[in-house]
Amino acid sequence: MKESEKKVSAKTSDTEEKEDKRPLYVGLAFGIVFGFLLHKGGATKYDVIVGQLLLIDFTVLKIMLSAVATGMIGIYFMKSMGWVKLSLKSGSVGMNVIGGLIFGVGFAVLGYCPGTIAGAVGNGYLDAITGGLAGIVIGTWIFAIMYPKLKDGILKKGYFGDITLPGLLKVNDWVVVVPAITLIVLVLFWIERAGF
Amino acid sequence: METIASVFTDTYWSPYAVGIGIGILSWLSFLISGKPIATSTTFARAGGMIEEMVRGEKANQRSYYEKIKLQIDWQWMLVIGVVIGSFISAILSGDFQVGVWVPSLWSSAFGDSAILRVLVAVIGGIILGFGARFAGGCTSGHGISGTLQLAVSSWISAVCFFIGGIIAAHIIYFVIA
Repeated sequence: MKESEKKVSAKTSDTEEKEDKRPLYVGLAFGIVFGFLLHKGGATKYDVIVGQLLLIDFTVLKIMLSAVATGMIGIYFMKSMGWVKLSLKSGSVGMNVIGGLIFGVGFAVLGYCPGTIAGAVGNGYLDAITGGLAGIVIGTWIFAIMYPKLKDGILKKGYFGDITLPGLLKVNDWVVVVPAITLIVLVLFWIERAGF
Repeated sequence: METIASVFTDTYWSPYAVGIGIGILSWLSFLISGKPIATSTTFARAGGMIEEMVRGEKANQRSYYEKIKLQIDWQWMLVIGVVIGSFISAILSGDFQVGVWVPSLWSSAFGDSAILRVLVAVIGGIILGFGARFAGGCTSGHGISGTLQLAVSSWISAVCFFIGGIIAAHIIYFVIA
């Protein structure tokens, strides 16, 4: 009963978004918890993020992998119960490989990513508040200018759409979820045993 | 002695506690809002809104801004919330940074010039912002929310984020520095 009510409210909040201010407060609340957690994890700090990319500090990977494993169990459980629908980003080789590599370079040069820079701003880091924020906004604006040229070219190269790994392999969700979580846990154990 | 209060005033929690917390937050965001946690579209909307302020309605005609819609939405507020949440945690734990322009790892290799650091942050930000929109997501939208849904686009992106990032960080610290 409770769950079905929640599902209905999730649907109505989507359709009423234009007039209804409630989703904005809910988003704000999610953000506050997310930001609080990012700071407690140290992920709002340049040294921790670049330390991960230099492979001397594995905090970021530990946070991400444990979030992914935890999230995956819950989302796929709720999906199997019909409580939630997946919200997948469609992709292509051009988009995700090239865009991903460009993002990675920016990640290392800036030392924050779009979520953690918001956290770094709250944490008081002035390089994030000034140069970092300005740079990200300018970068997205350059993309918006180039988008008409990119969208039918490189962004379409190797298009595969919004598929999941179980969908790609044409297997039951849990055939991928269980090994994926097992693998994540093993990697985390291995990172701990290696002394990171 | 650990008390309930000291949990909030500790500067750091175990990364696993933080990760599990973010994972549970993702359940709630799907259940309550029907949306995954993500942040980078907000920066693109902010850019479009600034252009709108400068050039007026013409900015809205850019096909990319038509696609993402220039409005304050759920995700916009989430990003504002991240700033507030991090601020609350930093203040509670006495970790709020005052007057810090240069991170210590950076200064150990490149000195403590604020101008150099901010300049490089601008360049890094431009590459990051461009790459995030090119890939259709960032470390939260692809790296956490997309990979936990087992999206193919997100796994490819997340792996490429780290390949690009690890190579670039090593070049910055071991070749350039």
